[in-house]
Amino acid sequence: MINDINKIREDFPILNQKVNNRPLIYLDNGATTQKPQSVINEITDYYTKINSNVHRGVHHLSQVATDAVEATRKKVQSFIHAKHEHEIIFTKGTTDSINLLAHSFGKAFVNREDEVIISQMEHHSNIVPWQLLCEEKGATLKVIPMTSSGELDMEAYAKLLTDKTKIVSVTYVSNALGTINPVKKMIDSAHAKDIPVFLDVAQAIQHIPIDVQELDVDFLAFSGHKMYGPTGIGVLYGKETLLNKMPPYQGGGDMIKEVKLEKSTFNDLPFKFEAGTPHIAGEAALGAAIDYLEALGLKEIQLYEDDLLAYANKSLKEIKGLKIYGTAAEKSSAISFLIEGLHPYDVGVILDKLGIAVRTGHHCAQPIMDYYEIPGTIRATFSFYNTKEEVDALVEGINRAVAMLK
Amino acid sequence: MTINEIQDELIEEFAFFEDWMEKYEYIIQLGKELPLIDDKYKTEEYRIKGCQSQVWLRPDVEEGLVHFKADSDALITKGLVSLMVKVLTNHSPKEIAESELYFIDKIGLKEHLSPTRANGLLSMVKQMKLYAMALEARG
Repeated sequence: MINDINKIREDFPILNQKVNNRPLIYLDNGATTQKPQSVINEITDYYTKINSNVHRGVHHLSQVATDAVEATRKKVQSFIHAKHEHEIIFTKGTTDSINLLAHSFGKAFVNREDEVIISQMEHHSNIVPWQLLCEEKGATLKVIPMTSSGELDMEAYAKLLTDKTKIVSVTYVSNALGTINPVKKMIDSAHAKDIPVFLDVAQAIQHIPIDVQELDVDFLAFSGHKMYGPTGIGVLYGKETLLNKMPPYQGGGDMIKEVKLEKSTFNDLPFKFEAGTPHIAGEAALGAAIDYLEALGLKEIQLYEDDLLAYANKSLKEIKGLKIYGTAAEKSSAISFLIEGLHPYDVGVILDKLGIAVRTGHHCAQPIMDYYEIPGTIRATFSFYNTKEEVDALVEGINRAVAMLK
Repeated sequence: MTINEIQDELIEEFAFFEDWMEKYEYIIQLGKELPLIDDKYKTEEYRIKGCQSQVWLRPDVEEGLVHFKADSDALITKGLVSLMVKVLTNHSPKEIAESELYFIDKIGLKEHLSPTRANGLLSMVKQMKLYAMALEARG
């Protein structure tokens, strides 16, 4: 339950510091979220009491480490409502997950003259791996266009789905604009033509309850560090039937059954896709992050953050000359904006001097900036530990920046 | 004046500012002053791409001395660009190539030269030095 925000903020030691002699106001949660003490403790505990390699030792510590990793796999499974725990593959993060998918799915299913569909509002990490694949295979990348409100053009999408389409790879929530895409509908229309769908949920997993079986999504990826867990750990979810048809991505330890110099046989899911010693501490701590989110309740988090977003939207609109980019009806925890006549970098620098952390630039989504013909935006992204007072401070900070820069 | 004399003068000048506001207001003012480079030179050829802001740099040699003209699309970067130009322009290639820029650190603006800032400023300074070094090598 989110009723005592001060108590929640106490769980995040980093929030209690000063930046440039002012209390830190952290509004860059879309880039990475801060970590609760329980997650930090898990990492310390792991290296203090457990550290050992997984899945290979008969000794006690190796077993404890393996148990910690597999316990997190179960937690992820239940968090996203996957049917099987071996459908949860640990990766370094969303980018790594998409590279794995593009490489391995591409090897198995994408051929010359096939098509892959992405959208105009993708993060670079959901563009470049597919571009590389298409170049290699002689396939074509098709792009769902965006409307001026920052929503996907659903009519255009319907027309792009053809018998050449091998996969649709889109984001659930736009990192740069905050748009929530109608993914259930998109999945249903793709499935009507037997096309699998991958969802980048890096900006959704921490804000919106996700049920992969209800969505019937084929693949999905997210990063631990954007959901209050550590960096360097992420997840690729895939339906068992599809994952079993895909070849391994990287070779090494843990992903094999038997290695002969002539030929090796590969391990079963999920280990087939988990070569090498994993980020064990990160996996353990991701479990702690999920525990934290589940204790608060994702529905509660969503309610609180939606209210905060509405408040920020209303407050920012009152600033003269401020234009919000991305005005979709359904948005989640992000506001991108520019102030007439001012460069986003300048505003970001002044806000930083005031202890306010926002992100400026293209947010690794240059095609969006090209669409609006702007160099970038100023982006504030919210978490459940942010408050309306912090939104007020942001507004005050922007007004001050405007006064200095105009 | 030598490069270091100009740097020392700037450090002294900045010491009068009481807080960050005054300092930044001064830099912004520098940025707002007349364009530092002719619009016709704001082309791809002279552009230094930063992730956050863009910088244009146009070097020139006259009677053995290197002159720089530079500009940026962001005001604060532009103000800092004009400080860099003030320090490095109108010196011999040798002096520029061998110079050590310490004033940015001393006036408390080091973070703007950090590679993670990606505002084009660090790349500009590198370009200025490379240009001088190339001239120096050519003799």
